[in-house]
Amino acid sequence: MTHPFLSLTDADREEMLAAIGVESIDELFRDIPVGVHFDRELAVPPALSESELQRHMEELAAKNVVDEISFLGAGIYDHYVPAVVDAVLQRGEFLTAYTPYQPEMSQGVLQAIFEYQTAICELTGMDVSNASGYDGTTVAADACFVAKHATGRSKIVVTEATNPQVRQVVKTYAPGFGLEVVEVPHDGGTTDPDRLREAATDAAAVIFQQPNFFGCLEPAPDLAAAANDAEALSIAHVDLVSLGVLEAPGNYGCAMAIGEGQSAGNAMSYGGPHYGFLAARNDYIRRLPGRIVGETVDAAGKRGYVLTLQTREQHIRREKATSNITTNQTLLALAGLVHLSLLGPQGLRELGETCMALSAYAKDRLQETGLELTFADKTTFKEFAVRVGRNGKHAIASARRHGVHPGYALGRDYPGLDDSLLVAVTEQRTVEDIDRLVEALQL
Amino acid sequence: MAANESYPEDLLYHAEHDWARIEGDEAVLGVTWFAQDALGELVHYEPPSEGANVSKDASYGEVESVKAVSDLISPLSGEVIEVNQKVVDAPETVNEDPYGDGWLIRIRITNAAERDELLDVAAYKKVIEES
Amino acid sequence: MRLIYEKSQAGRRGSAIPKPDLPVPEVPAGLARKQPPRLPELAEPEVLRHFTKLSTRNFGIDTGFYPLGSCTMKYNPRVNERVVGLPGFARLHPLVDDDAAQGALELEWELQQILLEVTGLDAVSLQPAAGSQGELTGLMLFRAYFADKGEDEQRRKIVIPDTAHGTNPASVTMAGYELTPVKTDARGNIDVDDLRGKVDEHTAGLMLTNPSTLGLFDENIEAIRDIFHGAGALMYYDGANLNAVCGISRPGDMGFDVVHINLHKTFSQPHGGGGPGGGPIAVRETLAPFLPVPLVVKDGDTFRLDYDVPKSIGKVRAFTGPFGVFVRSYAFMRAWGPALREMSEVAVLNANYLLARLKDAYDLPFDRLCMHEFVLSARNLKREHNVTALDVAKRLMDYGFHPPTVYFPLVVPEALMIEPTETEARETLDEFIEAMLAIAREAADDPDVVKEAPHVRPVQRLDEVRAAKQPVVRYQFEDHPAVRGAGDRQLEAQKGA
Repeated sequence: MTHPFLSLTDADREEMLAAIGVESIDELFRDIPVGVHFDRELAVPPALSESELQRHMEELAAKNVVDEISFLGAGIYDHYVPAVVDAVLQRGEFLTAYTPYQPEMSQGVLQAIFEYQTAICELTGMDVSNASGYDGTTVAADACFVAKHATGRSKIVVTEATNPQVRQVVKTYAPGFGLEVVEVPHDGGTTDPDRLREAATDAAAVIFQQPNFFGCLEPAPDLAAAANDAEALSIAHVDLVSLGVLEAPGNYGCAMAIGEGQSAGNAMSYGGPHYGFLAARNDYIRRLPGRIVGETVDAAGKRGYVLTLQTREQHIRREKATSNITTNQTLLALAGLVHLSLLGPQGLRELGETCMALSAYAKDRLQETGLELTFADKTTFKEFAVRVGRNGKHAIASARRHGVHPGYALGRDYPGLDDSLLVAVTEQRTVEDIDRLVEALQL
Repeated sequence: MAANESYPEDLLYHAEHDWARIEGDEAVLGVTWFAQDALGELVHYEPPSEGANVSKDASYGEVESVKAVSDLISPLSGEVIEVNQKVVDAPETVNEDPYGDGWLIRIRITNAAERDELLDVAAYKKVIEES
Repeated sequence: MRLIYEKSQAGRRGSAIPKPDLPVPEVPAGLARKQPPRLPELAEPEVLRHFTKLSTRNFGIDTGFYPLGSCTMKYNPRVNERVVGLPGFARLHPLVDDDAAQGALELEWELQQILLEVTGLDAVSLQPAAGSQGELTGLMLFRAYFADKGEDEQRRKIVIPDTAHGTNPASVTMAGYELTPVKTDARGNIDVDDLRGKVDEHTAGLMLTNPSTLGLFDENIEAIRDIFHGAGALMYYDGANLNAVCGISRPGDMGFDVVHINLHKTFSQPHGGGGPGGGPIAVRETLAPFLPVPLVVKDGDTFRLDYDVPKSIGKVRAFTGPFGVFVRSYAFMRAWGPALREMSEVAVLNANYLLARLKDAYDLPFDRLCMHEFVLSARNLKREHNVTALDVAKRLMDYGFHPPTVYFPLVVPEALMIEPTETEARETLDEFIEAMLAIAREAADDPDVVKEAPHVRPVQRLDEVRAAKQPVVRYQFEDHPAVRGAGDRQLEAQKGA
């Protein structure tokens, strides 16, 4: 049995079997009852050498369409990922390391996570961040779990203008947590704080998104105040890339900030892997799910980093844990940290401004051709909804024939918005791209 | 820093490694030397609020070390009249002096008959041996 | 080593953002950022240097032997990193129409087929992002299955052995179930007599890893299957130890109804310092109606996403799952083909070789052949020399190895759980054996060198008590006035104006 991943030679095998005291490898499996032996060859595709594998994977990749000028967003965005991010992720000491349970072997990862936690706290205005969650949907479920135990209440209020997949995941987790989920409809593209206040009575938490799924800016401080008035935890689902121009949730009264980190540092990659972030006021530090890295000193007084508050996690508390999360998304969060470090505060601000400037240009040009914005009176960030005069799916099909993907068909999730497309404009798009979009939607 | 192993004669014990010192119609509660030794140095104490009710055999709070979290099991039912703030501020006090400075709460006993179900030192030491 | 925030200097930056010649709309005053976030300010070369230096303070499989039990730290093939970066994969948006994602959908479907063959089950969801999320999803499927039969209220209990990984009981709580523990017998199998009394019409099912965290195959698995299925209950398989039995024994044949597979263990997705992972689940036909949406289906020659699953539990993660993880795992499976069986055989051979050579110097809790991992105890060293499993772990670092798992499973005191995997060379195993034997001798002759280890890492033993008592979980700019962020300078500039 030779394979490039195995060092084992025939001589090795003979000597090792002798040391163990058995005649053959089959004997090593003698404890397996005969009735559950698998006695034929696995019916799986044949093995490929590396060069054959490379060719096969290239063939598969070539069957995907990635060369359209794309304005597709709706939670996952085409932001530029700098080359230094890739270079850092390819360091084998990061890529192939395990969770840093042995801190003396893992100061690199631990310090990186500490720096990541700091960045998330700075961006969101919170006191503590965990080391990441699976994605922007599961961190919402995590936040609900925290809120339930912090308040003793079992109702979760979420705005309809929050990402549909976030809402769907919260509803999937809710029965197991013993939670009821109530949605507050949007009013012309944003959420009315008074409606939210009414719904928030006896709620454990209120979740809203900023900018919301439609790209509109919510009256976030008023929504947070409405939740706080009801003594529910106010939880803002935010976009890291927006936090150079938009206020931090911690600065307008929120208890927690969550979101999908993909925009900072991760390729779109058909939906994953990415990273969810979760940050909170210090009051909730002992209830936070996921890993947390803390600073300490070693036996010689030198500064170092360790996983801390681990008793909250599954491997010590077991059935009383704050979550069952073990493997999370460290490498992707590291990518986020590297990207944010390259941007710095000035770059992050400019990134947000460029997205806003380009999407404003797109809005103006589309309106010039006679299309109406779905939520015309709302300020938006990098995405907006436009009415295209026919079913959004048909507009997409027609635009794609001209090499442009014009956006997301909101009718997929919102009855009554069948003729609206959600158009995302990132710094990767140019004025010429936007002109092509405008043409493509007229055809 | 941690105290030497001891189990005072004048206390009553619960199999979950908690002790009670009865003082008239009040009782002072804490955890035994065995509990603090198993947990290691305590880093956090989550007490109940004053005025809260505690029930015999039920959890009234938590103590936490680096390696474990443990529920505090009440040996008796009652109403919390005082929480030991010293332990909240310096949880390691429990390791240093589990029966003295390391007391956790004082309660007003609501069911005097329950004290008969508690263990004396000899019975509690047997529980430890069988652990 | 300094934090990146301590290397920051006002005015430096590592990025240039395109600036179109267009006006920037104003953000309403009540919503606009007032103080810039204090992100690092460094030029590009310094950013790369910082993270490169950090990486040198870390240890990966690429660096050396990493025998963590139940983690399966095998070689992560580098071609997988190359192919996951192909633009056709990396630049694909998850919300494109199915016709634009035929390559991705075909890959997912083929991956599903291989998982079905390896597990011996009928349907798959790739959606869960990690093993523990797979567990929770599996338990949600249990609840949906029983609710559909009107038995959810009645069946509230999940049976878990005392050797279970900590995620199992935590998942039970998150799914809204109650835990019934069952003991392990002297041979390391589930105690079937203890089990019989605990399974009845109030039982929803079992969660089990087989081989267990002791590295032992449960010899009574067929009897266990009969007990649970006989009571109308289900069986969940924690796939953490699948590396032992690929192509040798299938969880579906053992009687399991739901299985999660850890793609970051058996199928080589790199651990990345703590993730990402993948925890797809395979299920028996009877549970397929409840799987998360969307399903990946094949229609003739094309592939599509099917959202029409009326009894689905819903969604546990966005989109179809962590696609980049699928790319790597699928590439790994294609590199092996049917020889995945040999992969498991060598994993088991390597583990038994280590066990045979180490069992005299350390305490052996269960005298059996092991599977892909085994558990020893340092209890003899503790008793005779007051040297603990933790001390052994720290001293191994000085010998250039990552320690094995310690203090788990909980049923073995001073446990050392060791899993070499199939990709380790004989010489590496021999070096590890020599180190472990040397440490056992040092425990007798020079215990301090073990108890004060490690001596050669960037830090010595760290004060975890202090970290828990006074949690410092972010850099505090206020405590380091010499380091000023962009916001502070802005404030000062405003004051000066």
